[in-house]
Amino acid sequence: MAGIEKYLRQSALPHIWCPGCGNGILLAAILRAIDKLGLDQKKTVVVSGIGCSSRASGYMNFNTVHTAHGRALTFATGIKLAKPELNVIVLTGDGDSTAIGGNHFIHAARRNVDLTTVIFNNNIYGMTGGQYSPLTPMDAKATTAPFGHIERSFDIAALAIAAGATYVARGTAFHAQLLTDLVVKGIENKGFSVIDAITQCPISYGRKNKMGSAADMLAWQRDKAVMVQAVSKMKPEDLEGKFVIGELYRSVAPEYTAEYDKLIARVSKKGGK
Amino acid sequence: MITYISLTGTGGQGIILAGIILAEAAILEGKQAIQTQSYGPEARGGASKAEVIISDEAIDYPKIVTADILLAMSQEACTKYAGVLKKGGKMIVDATNVYDIPAIDADILSADITKAAREQLKKDMFANIVALGVLVGSTGIVSRKAVVEAVLARVPKGTEEVNTKALEIGFSLGEKK
Amino acid sequence: MAKAQLMQGNQACAVGALAAGVTFFAGYPITPSTEVAEILAEMLPKFGGKFIQMEDEIASMGAVCGAALTGAKAITATSGPGFSLKQELIGYASMAEIPCVIVNVQRLGPSTGKPTSPAQGDVMQARWGSHGDRGVIALSPTSVRETFDITVKAFNFAEKFRTPVVLLLDEVVGHMRETVVLPESGDVEVIDRKRPSGPPEEYQAFKPEADGVAPMADFGEGYYYHVTGLVHDYKGMPSQNNALTTELIDRLHTKIERARDEITIYHQDYTDDADVLVIAYGGTTRAAIAAVKEARAKGVKAGLLTLVTIWPFPGEVVAKVAAKAKKVIVPELNYGQLVGEIERYVPREKVVSLTRYDGELFRPEEILNLIITAGGGK
Repeated sequence: MAGIEKYLRQSALPHIWCPGCGNGILLAAILRAIDKLGLDQKKTVVVSGIGCSSRASGYMNFNTVHTAHGRALTFATGIKLAKPELNVIVLTGDGDSTAIGGNHFIHAARRNVDLTTVIFNNNIYGMTGGQYSPLTPMDAKATTAPFGHIERSFDIAALAIAAGATYVARGTAFHAQLLTDLVVKGIENKGFSVIDAITQCPISYGRKNKMGSAADMLAWQRDKAVMVQAVSKMKPEDLEGKFVIGELYRSVAPEYTAEYDKLIARVSKKGGK
Repeated sequence: MITYISLTGTGGQGIILAGIILAEAAILEGKQAIQTQSYGPEARGGASKAEVIISDEAIDYPKIVTADILLAMSQEACTKYAGVLKKGGKMIVDATNVYDIPAIDADILSADITKAAREQLKKDMFANIVALGVLVGSTGIVSRKAVVEAVLARVPKGTEEVNTKALEIGFSLGEKK
Repeated sequence: MAKAQLMQGNQACAVGALAAGVTFFAGYPITPSTEVAEILAEMLPKFGGKFIQMEDEIASMGAVCGAALTGAKAITATSGPGFSLKQELIGYASMAEIPCVIVNVQRLGPSTGKPTSPAQGDVMQARWGSHGDRGVIALSPTSVRETFDITVKAFNFAEKFRTPVVLLLDEVVGHMRETVVLPESGDVEVIDRKRPSGPPEEYQAFKPEADGVAPMADFGEGYYYHVTGLVHDYKGMPSQNNALTTELIDRLHTKIERARDEITIYHQDYTDDADVLVIAYGGTTRAAIAAVKEARAKGVKAGLLTLVTIWPFPGEVVAKVAAKAKKVIVPELNYGQLVGEIERYVPREKVVSLTRYDGELFRPEEILNLIITAGGGK
């Protein structure tokens, strides 16, 4: 915890997350990234949506906004555009960002707004008690999929890349140090960065799907994750049932708020208002 | 003194712009003016109507119940809106497009407005300005000077000459009986 | 001396917003409000302001809230269907006390209805459109010049009371062009939100001062605080405390209620001796005043009370002005919305509702006929 206490609102703790929940690990990884970069606390804003993940903003000692369900990126876009000097970090969940907030997600990516979005991906709606989300795998069980889920799930990284994000990575709660590094790179990227952060929900997802304890679920993350650097050396059949972690995509594209500032410089009258 | 003018035609003919310019010409003369419009979902085609009220005093009701002057630039508009003209009111029709004038009690001026624009200015799109010239030339609702000034304030740079010419063509068409 | 010019209502709204110091617009295209967006898209960057067309109506309201938190004066413009979509975050702005202005150029509904036709069907939506209880300010101007003035007022109220303010235009006023002379910029009163001046570590973003409103810090100035749509304490932290919940919901109302006199804007024409009183708002006023003058010319003592402030509903003003009238006529371009509110302050047997919902403005004679009947004439 050394170094990151100053970023926590001690008075807001303890947090509301269940024992074994991975969200605390993710929060610490993000705070370490902020610390590592030495971001100016005053100039850093954290925006979240609704859900278990989105409670994280309340524990963080910055200007923080806990918005409405799915809307974090809309607020964040307004904040960043109105005051581009701010570092804006968005914390959201898989349902928050890709179901109710799916439209905002693809458009924030398309605009390449300089926001770093960490998606706490636990494959389920945890706060409401375990309903299926767009990240619930096929055949998995949820309270609203008692007979097994029959929908396909999103690949958040592929979605973000297709929509125009310029930095896309995947990490897990188990690989917490890697996650910090991925968030650091995401914040450093001048554009829309997405970090798909896989986390465990032992209560609402694990139990239903017989995944064991929180420790078992962390072990599952360890066993199923393949570092991106290793993929090229692997046969396709070895990747079956696994997921790739690390930096998955990076590109350079015009960043929205910088483009807007250029537009202002081009059209503004001398002396302004 | 308050005058109600309905300018009607087809979407895309520049009817609403003509209405705005007429209202602005009235303001240049120190009068009060209101311009409203009604339009359908089409950006082009469909009946289009601009209403202009010119008055020496503040205007309460912004819409036209009965028009003193009606300009009809299309057959559809002419048929649809002829009824709003007051008895004995002034009706100006674009003879290029209107072939069937309803039998109403009106002082009717029929002029080949679009044809004049097409033949003398090489473009149909100036028909609205020609029509404005006809309207001003035949009714004197605003001065010619004011309408020229209002047109020049609105039209794109480089088109001043052709628009002035359009007005002049309209003025002379308007003088004919 | 400023010049007389022909100006559209939506244009006056955009120009009024600029006069009030707007620096941010987010919106989504919708008839008949689009001109507000188009004008601000052109004007804002010229003054260093920001314009963004978002992916949908909800997103534009979210961006407005976000921008306002950084200290920007922010506005969005929409019409009925978009106003419905925005309700989620209008409620959020009320709860989180984010100043902003929402322009709703009303058109005929429900649903897509008649996009290019006037209506006043969103009066109750402005009051009750978002879930839960909250104080609401909604203003409805009657002319192009008044649209300018009331847009400035909307920003001033939003800033002063830390609340979203709804500007209820209608297609009549929004699309009408009329002669206006705008005030010089020095003659426009502009109010900015209170900002904290004390040490940041002592700052409590939701601890009200005597006027019921807390100073609001711009994001990025070192005044850390939390903003949430959840019931929250003075620091903005979520709370389940019942007493605190009651206090918060009370304050969302009372901070507006206590300033009722300041917020209430209305006009009276010929009301002093009126036997028949017409109460109207927005574009309908224009038919009503013509009818009242006509009635006077015919010897009927008619008067007009124009409500520019719709919410908080100026019930006391209505009761007082209507007290001497024998009949009260309420014309509205809807199925009868504000009339119900008026009936809470005027005996029901005196009130006559006149409705129209075909997409056209009343003709003065429709109101005139009712005035004459009510006035005992023929």
